[in-house]
Amino acid sequence: MKATKLWGSLALAGAVALTAGCGGEEKAAGVDPQIMADSLFAVMASDRANYTKLIIKRLGGEAGFIKPDEHWEDLDNGAPLPAQMFRFGAEAVAERTDAFTYSLQSLWPINKQNAPRTDVEKTGLQYIVDNPGKNYYGEEELGGVKYYTAVYPDVAVATPCVDCHNKHKDSPRTDFKIGDTMGGVVVRIPIKG
Amino acid sequence: MKKVTLFYSLLTVAVVALAGIWANELFLQPEKQTFLVGETSHGHHQIELACGTCHQSPFGGGEVLQNACMGCHAKELKAAHDSHPKSKFTDPRNADRLEQIDARYCVACHREHQPDITRDMGVTLATDFCVACHLDIAEDRPSHDGMGFETCASAGCHNFHDNRALYEDFLLQHVDEPDMAATPVIAAMQAYVNAQQPAPKQAPAPDYPESSFQVTEIEKQWLHSAHATAESNCSACHGEGEQFKAQPDALVCVDCHQPQASGFLIGKHGMRLAVKREAAESYPLNPSLKALKQPDARLLTPMTPSQGRLPFKADVHGESLTCNSCHGAHEYQLGTSASVDACMGCHDDGHTNQYKASPHYAQVLREAAGEVPAGSGVTCATCHMPKLESEEEPGVFRTLHNQNDNLRPNEKMIRSVCLDCHGLQFALDSLADPALIDNNFQGRSKVSIESIQMAIERVKE
Repeated sequence: MKATKLWGSLALAGAVALTAGCGGEEKAAGVDPQIMADSLFAVMASDRANYTKLIIKRLGGEAGFIKPDEHWEDLDNGAPLPAQMFRFGAEAVAERTDAFTYSLQSLWPINKQNAPRTDVEKTGLQYIVDNPGKNYYGEEELGGVKYYTAVYPDVAVATPCVDCHNKHKDSPRTDFKIGDTMGGVVVRIPIKG
Repeated sequence: MKKVTLFYSLLTVAVVALAGIWANELFLQPEKQTFLVGETSHGHHQIELACGTCHQSPFGGGEVLQNACMGCHAKELKAAHDSHPKSKFTDPRNADRLEQIDARYCVACHREHQPDITRDMGVTLATDFCVACHLDIAEDRPSHDGMGFETCASAGCHNFHDNRALYEDFLLQHVDEPDMAATPVIAAMQAYVNAQQPAPKQAPAPDYPESSFQVTEIEKQWLHSAHATAESNCSACHGEGEQFKAQPDALVCVDCHQPQASGFLIGKHGMRLAVKREAAESYPLNPSLKALKQPDARLLTPMTPSQGRLPFKADVHGESLTCNSCHGAHEYQLGTSASVDACMGCHDDGHTNQYKASPHYAQVLREAAGEVPAGSGVTCATCHMPKLESEEEPGVFRTLHNQNDNLRPNEKMIRSVCLDCHGLQFALDSLADPALIDNNFQGRSKVSIESIQMAIERVKE
């Protein structure tokens, strides 16, 4: 796959060089990172909402066909929580491509490893809490690679989300309400320096 | 001048000869002792001279080695609900952490050929490696304040990969359990026993070539075996007619016992037989049992006790380790023959030699006497090669033939075996006491693990 990417990059560089060399108007190659990040988030948010509504809410709870639980693997008919499902998706994507990464983070994480770590993450997570409904976009360099980083609000849309976070013994915040920004989705795309 | 010429001629001959000797070992010999740069860990020494098993490409770097590691270990890591999979570390937000420990690669913690720094579980990092990511753990877990990071992986506390019996909610589910269940029975063993065919069929007539072979005693043994009642005749293993072989190949059992063979071949007993001559096809990167059945496809001879690093009885040092080593060729008995006698026939350490004085063996005797239900006895295999329910075939229980899969770290045994009869606190304490393990659990643990109490306190916070 890396070889494919290399050839793809060379071909793209060649095409850009050829265009510039011919005196044509130089155009930005590829998709604008904000459009790409926004599009990726649209897919993530839609899938997550659908999993919550169509699987967890419909088959779990009073229906009782499945048991949504943090330790779902230890239960008969256990099912991952929406946040876990989201993380499994992020990990599966990471095994398929390094063209982008994403994660679910919070200023009040149940798992402390999901607290913001980089400056952009910290700034972005605080921004989306302070500015409900708005996204945060920034750039950062990590491990010698430059990234376009977008942070999207993760809003409490269902009672179980709020209840679980408010009751969990490891939750540092216990007064979440429906509509609160509980955390954020961080999408990161490598860009040329 | 002539002396100089002679000197250089001799030098040339010596260099060419030496190069030839090395080239012969490097390219033609299955085992490459000269090129071993340092002995490997207890988990790999059986195959350490078959370099290509791990070093699948002479020009390969980290990814080649990583693929080799995962080729053999991916399945068990997944089954263990690995707490620290590679996917946890690939996000760029962890780039600074990777500069300290590149946990995307197994060799970051498990460097081979480093005997001087290799510790339990083949770990070569300093014991306080958890600090790299969990420096501020005491802020979140006040109970951990003052604990040294070298104690994180202490028995009964945390494992890097397998925490199925150690996570907080699991601990809380097992508060105040009695040391011993009212009716201690290994549930999987009981299910296995109950699933056995109760009425054996009439055995067929043996089909060995009488003209060339006298098998009176063997025939008796076979007639009383599961093979006879399952109509698996002599020819099934020995071949028919002109193809008849008095000594079938070491892996002749593979055809009918694939799940068991797969476990055997990835464990310490059988892994030498799983190394293929073509490195790139080494098992289980290409888990073709059919290919392994061809003796010419296998690079190494079977494991022998003399090649092991544990104490073994002197009279079996040269014995090859195959299916027959534990099961016998014709009597093919199961029960304590394969699950106790076979083990004690080779292993000669304190834990093994104390077994028949243990309360576990007393249960075996009580079960044999009909005093307790089937599945109550605890043999060597009960813990080390337990019966497990098949994921592919629910309700079907088979013996795990990778004897190390359930052993390291020993907390792996808790859920698969110990909790059937014992409370979690009792099990944690017992498995954390090396002296108690050495005398095969005669008496009480002198170690008290605080994990459950800490989980209780955590809830109160």
